[in-house]
Formats: sequence, C-alpha cells, structure tokens
Amino acid sequence: MDLSTEIEGARQIITVNDSRIDAAVALEFKEKMREETESGHDYVILNLEQVQFVDSSGLGAIVASMKMLGKGRKLALAGMTPTVDKVFRLTRMDSVFPIYASLDEAVAA
Amino acid sequence: MSDAARATEDDVLRVEIVNDFIEVRTAIEQVLSGLSPANLSEEDAGTVQIVLAEVLNNVIEHAYADSTEHGPIEIECRACPDELELRVLDQGLPMPDAQVPMGKSHDLDVDLMHLPEGGFGWFMIQNLTRDVKYFRSGGRNVLQFWLPTGASGKVA
Repeated sequence: MDLSTEIEGARQIITVNDSRIDAAVALEFKEKMREETESGHDYVILNLEQVQFVDSSGLGAIVASMKMLGKGRKLALAGMTPTVDKVFRLTRMDSVFPIYASLDEAVAA
Repeated sequence: MSDAARATEDDVLRVEIVNDFIEVRTAIEQVLSGLSPANLSEEDAGTVQIVLAEVLNNVIEHAYADSTEHGPIEIECRACPDELELRVLDQGLPMPDAQVPMGKSHDLDVDLMHLPEGGFGWFMIQNLTRDVKYFRSGGRNVLQFWLPTGASGKVA
C-alpha cells in the first residue's frame, strides 16, 4: 500500500498509489493513513484517482481514517472511479464525506 | 488464463482459490477474464467485482474463521442472457442458523465517532443480486445467486 503526501497551503493531499483498497490491505491502509495524518493538517484530501476498487473492508478503513482525524478536521474524497463510487453510493457513505469528482476540483474548492 | 479458470463443456466457468484475502483478487481476475466472451459492460464487471469480493471475504472471515490450514473456495459461474448464475462453495463452518443475512442499511445520521466501519457486505450483496440461497451439500457450504447484467450505468 503506497501513499504519498503533498501539502497545498493549509491542505494535505494524500494520494493512494495503488489500484485497490480491499481486505488484503485495509489494515495497512489504516496504519499508513494514521502515519500520514500525524502532521495535523485540518483538511485532508484523499486522492483516489488511481483506485479502481474498494470493498467493504476498504470502505471501513476510509471511514476509520476519518474518525482518526477527529471532529475538528476534515477528510474529503477526490477522483472516485466508477466502481468505487458505486460502493459509496450503495452504502450511502457518499453522504458522510465531502466528495469531489477530481483532485483539481477538490483543490479548487 | 491459468488452468484454474476454464470453461468446461457445460459452459460453467470454474475458479478455485484458498482462504487468503490476496487470493480474492486472483479469483476476481480469473472470473472476469473467463467471462470476457460475455462482453460485460464496465458497470457489470464492477458489480461482479463488488459481489465476489464481499462473498469471498465473508467465506474467509466467517466460514474459515477458525481455520489454520488453507481451505478451498470454489467459484462456479455461468453466463445466461441478462444475468450470471454464480455458486460459491467452501468446506468451512456452516452459516449461523443456516440463513443468509438480509444485510441492513445503516443509520448514518449519527455522530462521526459512531459511523459504522463494517457490516456493509451483505447489504451490498443483497442489493446487487437476486434469489440468494444457502444450503449444505456433501459437507460443503453452497451459496447460490443470480447477478443481473445489462446495467445502463445507474445504481438500482
């Protein structure tokens, strides 16, 4: 599970450089998200443009990452591909995250 | 395609894996590659991925929960007009109450810290398939269901 971080002003962009967040890597994803977000930025954008698939374990790990940030900080999702988007819509988890069609849109918001 | 994924004379695609989450990826790849003659839309292929991942993860997490050895999981898939017939067989523990969970939708209007981090699997399976049946046969668990295809790009 490869994550990379960029800082854009007050925002942190975390890019997932892998095609899947599934049961095989969900724990590792959560742990890496914890490390990446230790810097304490209030607004974190998770760039999912390269992610083709998220299963319920991956979805749970993304929700857990948002909880890890706590109440004062925000986790936005950017660039969901069609199947990932479907998982979020089916479970209605699309209603609990700010969601942007692309990273550019998330950064411009 | 490996020998594990092959269409037999009765047009049933058979794939076998063992109970390891990383193998779920292999199973999905082999089923989708075996289904290439069916020309599934990208949307349908996505649905197959979601459903297979959830069903196989459940087998690994629950049926083989106590398993220290590698347990086999077989997937059988037959492409019919407008749907796929799927069967998943394992040699693990029977399902509690011999019942397929209905899968419930979560209340998301809750405090951030109370948002659910799991329990989405059966809800998605039930949402994307029809006529899910569970039974035991020859000491094995069998989960059988139909997955409608021909999606136009909308979530039901």
